[in-house]
Amino acid sequence: MSKGVAITGMGIISAIGNTVQENYNALIQGKTGITPIENIATVHKVTVGEIKQTNQQLAESLGLPADNNYSRTAMLGVIAVKQAVEDAGITNINEYATGLISATSVGGMDMTERFFYDYFESDENHRYIHAHDAGDMSQKMAEHLGLKGMVTTISTACSSAANAIMLGARLIKSGRLDRVIVGGTDALSKFTINGFKTLMIFSDTYNTPFDNDRKGLNLGEAAAYLVLESDAVVKAQNKKVLAYVSGYGNANDAFHQTASSENGDGAYLAMQKAFKVSGLEPADIDYINAHGTATPNNDLSEGRALIRAFGNTVPDFSSTKPFTGHTLAAAAAIEAVYSVLALQNNIVYPNLNFKTPMEEFAIVPQTVLKEKEINHVLSNSFGFGGNCSTLLFSKS
Amino acid sequence: MKKCYINGTGCVSAQKTVDTAFLEEIVINDTHNVLELALPNYKDFISPVAARRMAKGVKNGIVASAKAIQEAGVQYFDAIITGTGMGCSVDSEKFLKALLDNNEEFLTPTSFIQSTHNTVGAQIALGLQCKAYNFTYVNGAVSFESALIDAKMQLEDEDAHTVLVGGIEESAENTLEFLKMSGAIKATSDVPYKVLGSDTPGVVFSEGATFFVLADTQQETTYAQLTDVAIYNLLEPDEVAAKLKAFLKNNNLTVNDLDAVVLGFNGDVNYDSYYTTLANTLFNTTPQVYYKHLSGEFNTASAFGLWVASNVIKLQHIPQAIKVNNLDRPQYKNILLYNQYRGQDHSFTLISKC
Repeated sequence: MSKGVAITGMGIISAIGNTVQENYNALIQGKTGITPIENIATVHKVTVGEIKQTNQQLAESLGLPADNNYSRTAMLGVIAVKQAVEDAGITNINEYATGLISATSVGGMDMTERFFYDYFESDENHRYIHAHDAGDMSQKMAEHLGLKGMVTTISTACSSAANAIMLGARLIKSGRLDRVIVGGTDALSKFTINGFKTLMIFSDTYNTPFDNDRKGLNLGEAAAYLVLESDAVVKAQNKKVLAYVSGYGNANDAFHQTASSENGDGAYLAMQKAFKVSGLEPADIDYINAHGTATPNNDLSEGRALIRAFGNTVPDFSSTKPFTGHTLAAAAAIEAVYSVLALQNNIVYPNLNFKTPMEEFAIVPQTVLKEKEINHVLSNSFGFGGNCSTLLFSKS
Repeated sequence: MKKCYINGTGCVSAQKTVDTAFLEEIVINDTHNVLELALPNYKDFISPVAARRMAKGVKNGIVASAKAIQEAGVQYFDAIITGTGMGCSVDSEKFLKALLDNNEEFLTPTSFIQSTHNTVGAQIALGLQCKAYNFTYVNGAVSFESALIDAKMQLEDEDAHTVLVGGIEESAENTLEFLKMSGAIKATSDVPYKVLGSDTPGVVFSEGATFFVLADTQQETTYAQLTDVAIYNLLEPDEVAAKLKAFLKNNNLTVNDLDAVVLGFNGDVNYDSYYTTLANTLFNTTPQVYYKHLSGEFNTASAFGLWVASNVIKLQHIPQAIKVNNLDRPQYKNILLYNQYRGQDHSFTLISKC
């Protein structure tokens, strides 16, 4: 039986590093990227997982002209997607039937919120009007890669990138594409900061996933992309396989627009589907990279779903959101990179900031770095609209 | 490999497309650069209490999906897949305005939680209590076709038996103003507007919701088979014909096998040459259909196009109002749709009589 769909390249930019290696170093050193916000002028005192580069610095690093119309989301996406393609050693992007499946939730909102009234006053920034669409980021990424083919974008709130990875894997598995670049990108914006603030699930300090006294999430920004390739391409080009996407599942909680059901029905169903696709059993899983946003609702619902899926023997689990913040549509993509790194290095990441077990159940996350043989990782992502997604990654 | 059939449709558009026979009461508006919707009677589909909080895109999505579901007589779906280029613009704008006007204070969450692109898909799932696969595609003019590709793949690979697919777009006040400023919407000085033979840039804009029930089995209500769908991010004008021929060849067809082509003409003088080139060469002996003079242009207008094409196959007739040329065929078996927007996001969709 096939191990799944091969991952042959990765790229990432997040609050804890501008490369895969920098992200890994921060994870094993327990270095958080949550800091007071600097790049966005907001009245709120918030701590976030922010990439400490201004838009101008990002534009310069990409060699963009001064009059470019790139939103921050687009720039982060281009940086990460170029890394991924380079990492996969791809020199001729259109040599095989290649697609790009990206994910975003805010799209170009960071620019729209800046110029929403300014557009009426002057035409100086009108070039950003068409940069608002989610699809604009994907077009720009494809353009940087010189990719011509199937390009699309998924937006299912905080599970978006998991769904992009899932679709990519399905396109390869069914033979519709030979190669597909999958992932997600989201920049911080006033829009999301204020949105989560109104929902009262915003931590003023540091998020504490699965802690009884958790107050809420820190937002973050990031982009990450994976290159998936068919077995035929891997064989023909003698490619190094970093890991495999071995399973995936998507289900809807159908409970509430934003809140998760008490028993995590959608999450449970997504995990069950992923097991079915992969042929793996719960007992095969060595590490769970949880969604673990540190909101009261998510961690309770997800914890209960884990207990339903794994019984009394929930494997080592942790949320890496205390490192990066919740990066919304990019979350599942950066966590996919972390899952692959866990497989490659046989590491369970610590769930930072955890102190007190939750009173509703007995499971507690792994709180210190742990080395052990890791063959299969499960990664969860859940979003508004009841969208629940699970990905399984397996050792190459 | 299983086949994919269109078994039910529902359409809310600038025309009366709910509870009327196919295009029996059309209105051609050549004086407005934004077409208003012919609103359905929401009360027939949504309780007034629930409707009060819903933006129009959500309401239209619920009505269009309900019509499609009713027609197909299906209760259970293995997947709900939506496409929307701009997403829930009304709630996004509402939250953004409140945020800017009040300097980030005194905000309430309702419009924020309804602002995500997947709100329509989520609300439909909630209404149907459907815990199945739920995806939302947001890639400009191929948002709907991306959803179609996903649905078709699931049916063919037997991951699903019945799938609800739709394209939804809602226009919001400021977004429309921005599109006017950017030149994407035609200038008011350019009236009267026309889609065919236009010599001005930009388009007449609108919104709408169109849903389809796709299934792996044929039934009495079946319109057509959804034979193939393909999307391309970029094609140069001189690349389209070759791509199209390859697409047809992949389906064991040639241009001569097409009984009609449905072209996405939108009256933008800068980009309609993508269509006229094909219309004057490859398709010069093929019946040609257009539809954006009825629906207006928006990211998922091509879903309205598929609704038109599905009806042409089902009724075996092309109404005069949508004909580009005067050609007829005794039988409409294979219909190809071609759409693009500003030279990007090209799509081919092929449907066939069962």
